[in-house]
Parts: sequence; C-alpha cells; structure tokens
Amino acid sequence: MNKLAVLQAKNIAKTFGNVVALDGADLELFPGEVLAVIGDNGAGKSTLIKCLSGAETPDSGSIEIEGREVTLKRPQDGREVGIETVYQTLAVAPALDIASNLYLGREIRKKGPAGLIFRVLDSAGMKKKAKEHISALGIGTIQNISQAVETLSGGQRQAVAVARAAAFGQKVIIMDEPTAALGVRESNQVLKLIESERERGMPVILISHNMPQVFEVADRIQVMRLGKRVAVITPKTHDMREAVAIMTGAMKVDTKDQTLKPVR
Amino acid sequence: MSELNTQDAATEFMGRATKAQRIQALLHRYPWLSSALVLLIAIITFSFFNENFLTPGNLSLILQQVAIVGAIAAGQTLIILTAGIDLSCGAIAIFVSMVMAKTFGGAWDNPDDGLPVFWAFVLGLLVGTLAGAFNGYLVTRFKLPPFIVTLGTLNVFIAFTLIYASGRSISTNELPDFFLELGTYIDIGEFSITYGVLVMLLIYIILAFALRFTGWGRHVYAVGDDPNAARLAGIEVNRVLMSVYMVAGFVFAIAAWIIIGRVTVASPNTGPDLNLDTITAVVIGGTSLFGGRGAIFGSLIGAVIVGVFRNGLTLAGVDLYYQILAVGLLIIFAVTVDQWIRKARA
Repeated sequence: MNKLAVLQAKNIAKTFGNVVALDGADLELFPGEVLAVIGDNGAGKSTLIKCLSGAETPDSGSIEIEGREVTLKRPQDGREVGIETVYQTLAVAPALDIASNLYLGREIRKKGPAGLIFRVLDSAGMKKKAKEHISALGIGTIQNISQAVETLSGGQRQAVAVARAAAFGQKVIIMDEPTAALGVRESNQVLKLIESERERGMPVILISHNMPQVFEVADRIQVMRLGKRVAVITPKTHDMREAVAIMTGAMKVDTKDQTLKPVR
Repeated sequence: MSELNTQDAATEFMGRATKAQRIQALLHRYPWLSSALVLLIAIITFSFFNENFLTPGNLSLILQQVAIVGAIAAGQTLIILTAGIDLSCGAIAIFVSMVMAKTFGGAWDNPDDGLPVFWAFVLGLLVGTLAGAFNGYLVTRFKLPPFIVTLGTLNVFIAFTLIYASGRSISTNELPDFFLELGTYIDIGEFSITYGVLVMLLIYIILAFALRFTGWGRHVYAVGDDPNAARLAGIEVNRVLMSVYMVAGFVFAIAAWIIIGRVTVASPNTGPDLNLDTITAVVIGGTSLFGGRGAIFGSLIGAVIVGVFRNGLTLAGVDLYYQILAVGLLIIFAVTVDQWIRKARA
C-alpha cells in the first residue's frame, strides 16, 4: 500500500492582492484513482487546480510529478509534464472547428518540405485523429468534425474539451466542474468517461459541487476550506451530510480518521 | 437506442430548418460570401447604368484605384482578426514612404550622401515593421486597448512624417525608378494593371496561405476569438499579438512602396483617410470587428466593392456626396449582417 503519488502538491500558497486564495494547501494524487476536490465557494479549489495545471503560478510551495519537482509557469508547462485540464470555461475557441480545437496549441505539421519550410499543417491527419478521439469517448452525436465549436450544444462542447484532455493526458487529467453545464444524461456520460479513464489507469482530479456525483465516482474526497485542505475522506468512511459539515467547518476530522493513503 | 433517436431528431430538425436559418449557417461558415454577392450585384447593376462600366479599361482602373487601400487592408485584417484595430496604418505607410524616399541619395537635401536604393527600401521595411512592433508592444505589455494605442501612434507617426519631411514632398524626378516601378503598367489581354496591383494580390495570397494552412493562422483566430481560452490551450497570446502587429507593419511598409508608385511623389500629406478606408474594406469584407472570424480575401472584396461603388456611381452621374452616403450604408449593412451571422447556432 505504499504507492508513490503521481502528483503531489505541498504547502501551496497564492494570494491575489489582499485576497488569500490558498494558504498552504496540500494535495496527493495516487495512481489510478479519482480524487474529488470539494469545498465551499472561495475555499480555493479552482485556484489549487489552476496552480497544478500551470494556469496560475503559486507564490510558494512545491509541486512534484512522480517525485520530481516541477515549475509550472504557463499552461504549456503543465501539458509538457503530462497534466491535461478541462477548465470550467472549457478553453475552446468557438469559431474554430472541432479538430482545430482538439489540436489547438499543439498542431501537427505535414511531413517533408511543406511542413518544414512552409509550416503547413497536416489538417487531414488531425481531422482523422480527432474523429477517433471523439468517437472513442462514446459521447456520439457529433456528426461533422469540421463543425465550428460554437454550433455545438453545451454538452457537445464539453465533450470536445474532455476529448482533448483524454487524448493528450499522459499522467493526470484535471476536470473543473465538468458537469456544471450539462443535463442529466450528458452528466452521466462524463461520469462514465471518468470511470473509464480510471480503468485505463489514468488518475483524475475532479472538482465538483455536485455531492451525489462526487460520492458516486470518487475514490477519495479532499475537502478544502479557507485555502487549506481540512480533510481527506472516502465515500465509505463518511457520508454526504458529514462532507458538507466538514466543508462548512461544523465538523472537524482527526488525522487518524482521514484517508491520506491510496485506497486502490 | 436513445442515441439513435437523438440523431434522427437532429437530422429531422436540420431538414426543417427555414431558408433564413440555412443562409445564416452558410454565411457563418463563409463570412465573405455576402460581400461577394454584394459585389456581383453591384457589378451587374452598374453595368446596366453605363455601358462603359464593364469594359476592361474601366475594371482595370478600379483595381488600380483599389491597390493602396487593398494592400493596407490586408494588414488591417490581421489586426482586426485579433479583435484589435489599427488607426495608425495609413500614418505608418506614409511615414515609411517618406523614409524610403528621403534616405535615398537622390532626394533634395542629400544628393550626395544618401543610401543606395536597395538599402533605403530595406530601411523603410524595417521602419514599418518596428512601427508595428511599437503598437504591438503597447498592446501586449501595457494591456492598452488597440484603439487607444493606435489613436496615439496615429498622431505620433503623422508628426514624425511632418517633422522628418520638413513639410516638403519629394518629387518624381528625385525618386529612383525602383520606387516608381509599382506604378508601371502591364497589359494582360485588354486589361491594364499596375505592378502595384500584383504586389497587393501577392500580399493577400501569402497571408491567406499563412492564415489557412499554418498553426500561426489558427492561433491568430483563436486569440481573436477568446484570448483567455487561447492562453489556457497553451498559446502564447502576447507572442501571437506581437507577430500580428509586426507583420501588419511590414505590410504597411510594402503598401508605402505601392503608394509612391501610384502617386509618383513621396508626400507627407497623402491619404489622411487610409485608416478609415481600410477598416471600411475589412468590415464590408465580412471580417468581424469583435475578432476571431472573417477571411482575408473578404477584405480584398470589400476594398473592390468600395471601388466599384465609387466608380459605378460616378459613371452613373451620381454626385460625390451620395457616393459617400452609399459607402456609409454599406458599412451599416455589413455590420448588421455580421451581428446576424454571429447569432447562428447549429
């Protein structure tokens, strides 16, 4: 049971002007697990995962990938070390088509002089692979890969963002409120997707407000409060009511009752 | 099974889409289509009013008249695609034309110690690119709105031009042949166009290629569409913006060459309205002022539309004031269509 954490954040602090968003937050993600991060508004969940993805740079603290310390200054840095993120805003370019969005920021150039000298993109190749990635998700109903993303429904857009993360995630996939904009059926598809990522051994960090979903899919649940991690519980050791109590500060959990070690 | 039903419902819905919705979707996909249609209708209409309109000579004339605005509009399009705007484009072009003409050895104040033609030309291109870089630096480093930045630099570059030129033009006989080259005509069948027109077309072909087929092109669109999303997707937004302003500055410098060729003098007082004329061309060409959508060839069509309207209305004997009115209405029409297209969903 002494597995090494894939991703470990220690004592992360981040302030925005006078606002303390993170006040020494920790996080450990173990191989093949789904770690949910919950907390009230302003508890620092989003800032924490932004620090892990490279969208924000922490003021202090350290981040390690498989035991090696990394410095994430830009979203590209997170990608390079194998962390893919589905942001709450999705981070897709609405006017571009699905394939272009999937490969945005990591376009593939054509082989040979066309690509090397004239930097021509391999659009056909990217389209073909994009189609494979989208259909691999099982979130069908996208008929045309050259459709502009803005012509898609909320759920389909989400699918594009999730497909991008699933296609390129090497070590960790982070999802920030992936079901917030979705209907029941689409939410279930995303949850299924999270489970299938876990099955293929990809650890997932899930940020969500939706307690039933969190308790359905998570192996461990990290509770944030006032910029700190206040407890790590599991759906087996605690119930939803207790989770909410911990979130609001009405209940404290002793370290010995927490689940700081991997459960899988 | 439910998957299938949804698909059926979707196809059925598409089948039931009204004609207006289909047109909207089509325009959404090809934003330059409406301007191409306007151009076609304008050409057909004007050909009824005056039999001279559709002659090769007249059409050639329109292209020659459009070359300057068309070339600058190409650079303007890049900037507008990033949700920016450049009010200083014309001022940069005029400044560059003065730099090229005055650093050359033939000019009135330095007949003996000026630069050779080639280096005067290169220096001009460099000045244009640097002027663009200056705009880009202010936009990216200080996060100032492009409108304000270029409103400031518009005046700065006009002032530079006037100070540098001491208010004097450089006349044709002081200019080397190379600078006047783009004003010379070549005959293609019955058409007679200038090299300036060809250079303008070349600018469009190169930029269209870059926008369509390179990663840089996609990044330009993505940055204009939603800069924050582009950043999170791993695009260096500031670097893309900087490159756009620099490429645009370079294009304005090439346009300076076309200007000298067309007006055959380098004058600090040429084309005060070039900035608004190019914005007009870009907007009529279907590129959105909100960034992220449009096609560069649309701007060429837009510039030609304005040229066709001016020319056609003149031939039809319409007063100049009404020509201005027509262009004004065209702009409003184009922006309205853009707003309507942007509402298209599926």
